[in-house]
Amino acid sequence: MSKERREAVLLPHQKEKDHLLDLYRKMLLIRRFEERAAEAYTQGKIGGFLHLAIGEEPANVGTMVALRHDDDVFTHYRSHGHALARGMDPRAVMAELFGKETGVARGRGGSMHLASLEHHFWGGYAIVGGHIPLAVGMALAHQYRGLDRVVLCIFGDGAVNTGAFHEALNMAGVWRLPIVFVVSNNLYGMGTAIERSSAVTEVYKRAAAYNMPGRRVNGNEVLEVEAAVRAALEQARSGGGPSLVELVTYRFRGHSMADPELYRSKEEVEQWKAQDPIPRFRRWLQEEGHATETELEAVDREVEATVEDAVRFADASPEPDPSTLFDNVYVNP
Amino acid sequence: MTVAVITYREAVRQALREEMLRDERVFLLGEDIGRYGGSYAVTKGLLEEFGEKRVKDTPISETAIIGAAAGAAMDGLRPVAEIMTINFTLVAIDQIINNVAKVHYMFGGQFRCPLVIRTVGGGRRLAATHSQNLEVLFAHIPGLKVVAPATPYDAKGLLKASIRDDDPVIFIEHSLLYGTRGEVPEEDYVVPIGVSDIKRRGRDVTIVAYSRMTVEALAAADELAKQGIEAEVVDLRTLRPLDMGPVLDSVARTNRAVVVSEDWRSFGIGAEVAARIQEEAFDDLDAPVLRVSQQEVPTPYAANLERLAFPSSRQIVEACLEVLNIRVGEPVMAG
Repeated sequence: MSKERREAVLLPHQKEKDHLLDLYRKMLLIRRFEERAAEAYTQGKIGGFLHLAIGEEPANVGTMVALRHDDDVFTHYRSHGHALARGMDPRAVMAELFGKETGVARGRGGSMHLASLEHHFWGGYAIVGGHIPLAVGMALAHQYRGLDRVVLCIFGDGAVNTGAFHEALNMAGVWRLPIVFVVSNNLYGMGTAIERSSAVTEVYKRAAAYNMPGRRVNGNEVLEVEAAVRAALEQARSGGGPSLVELVTYRFRGHSMADPELYRSKEEVEQWKAQDPIPRFRRWLQEEGHATETELEAVDREVEATVEDAVRFADASPEPDPSTLFDNVYVNP
Repeated sequence: MTVAVITYREAVRQALREEMLRDERVFLLGEDIGRYGGSYAVTKGLLEEFGEKRVKDTPISETAIIGAAAGAAMDGLRPVAEIMTINFTLVAIDQIINNVAKVHYMFGGQFRCPLVIRTVGGGRRLAATHSQNLEVLFAHIPGLKVVAPATPYDAKGLLKASIRDDDPVIFIEHSLLYGTRGEVPEEDYVVPIGVSDIKRRGRDVTIVAYSRMTVEALAAADELAKQGIEAEVVDLRTLRPLDMGPVLDSVARTNRAVVVSEDWRSFGIGAEVAARIQEEAFDDLDAPVLRVSQQEVPTPYAANLERLAFPSSRQIVEACLEVLNIRVGEPVMAG
């Protein structure tokens, strides 16, 4: 975006150096974490499905930093970036991917079921669209109790065609619940391009069907994402009701580690990679004088050390004790 | 202790009302539970007493009803969601099986889902999609508790227990039991989840049943008594966790068992109970365990066909005579 336009949309705190460096650090942490997780997957240390956020870091980070500490988050299965940006410990997240007792869900959930009560991070869900009604329910609870906490519910472009999306947004709209729906539109639902699956491809327009505002944002501009999500949260917080924010973004890798990507051209992927938002943001920070090369390199090194430490921790952690197989099937068995 | 004779419907309503008075976190949501007064009139008067915040009329959106109730439960409220009939739980089956049942386990114990889903089984002249008994779908799922009371006393006590339980409970009422009457204490009381109950003592044959079939089993026992056969009726009350204790004690004394359920025979509730009896009381049995259940057809509308389809005390009597080797001639097609 142009310099003038960027200045126009920024909130005051977004111009502060600490904040900008934090955004950079969070995006880089996600990138390096995901790269190492991919490696670990090929080494057999992570099993099942692994859905990487590489390329979607600005959408992840801008969304999560807009939240108040006690706002609540529900997200889908491509959620490592959301978890890390929310401040969950990279060690515990990596350990969860490795299926260890020290993982955020004690190894019981894996990549698709990250969660942290302390961080108001309510999961991590693998059924497309299945978590959206849960998020609406938590917003109902806030309304019931008269609290000013807001619920943020993140899902992808594929989820907007589910019945659960429809029912949940209608319920939020008719009851005017304090919830923000964030659609991470990376243009593909697994291997199906949005034009082939969706009667209306501009997802934000669907919000009108539920009597709530919808807006579309460039998901690769972290500051725009933050400003838009923050505005939506404040509207909900002050009793202005629910809204939908569509973030247009792109994942550089396949749907999951098993995806041979037969459904999109290499040229298209390369075009998006050429616009990689993290190096672009890094350059912008330097050009605008927000950070020096030395400061940025320090962040780069710190992030790499953090990720390596997370892998070491996960490697060294024990698997769950077999005697705990039946833990937590019931609260009172 | 004071006791009143009330209907099953009234017993459920009293439980809801008393728990809402007792705990401000308890609230109700469902289709037409408020201004309409409930499609089976169970929630009549509750909107007027508690207001729209605590008695919420919902859109026709079972997925959202259950999902929202689960999300509110995760946040620490204690919702009681009504799904108008158990047939409609199928719309929300993903929410029930993949969210409600699993959030406590799969996130390492961090979250709870103290939700009660009230729903209604059976029907009369309502045809195939409005007459089902689908409890087996939920009894199969680790993480859920499933309760199906047969009497007003059990209904009130078990609903209170369900609302107070920190685990998710599927509470299954029966459309043809709402008008039945029974003694219910006026003071607060709870019937524990996971405890079967011997409703009638007898030495000759054990009949295991639940919900409406308990009533049919008791009627069958009265018929058998005229022939000098004393049947013991064990009412399961809870389907998951299944309390086999009283069942096995009974079989140890009678040596013969008939399991009755209103669902279909194949892979139904009776299959589990029969399997458990033969696993755990094999040496006590003098005959195979027979099952009485619904004929393997979608429920027909025509009155005569429906009567053939649903199990009744007549089939229970015949199955008991069969296991007692009393019947001579054609073996009974018991369900």
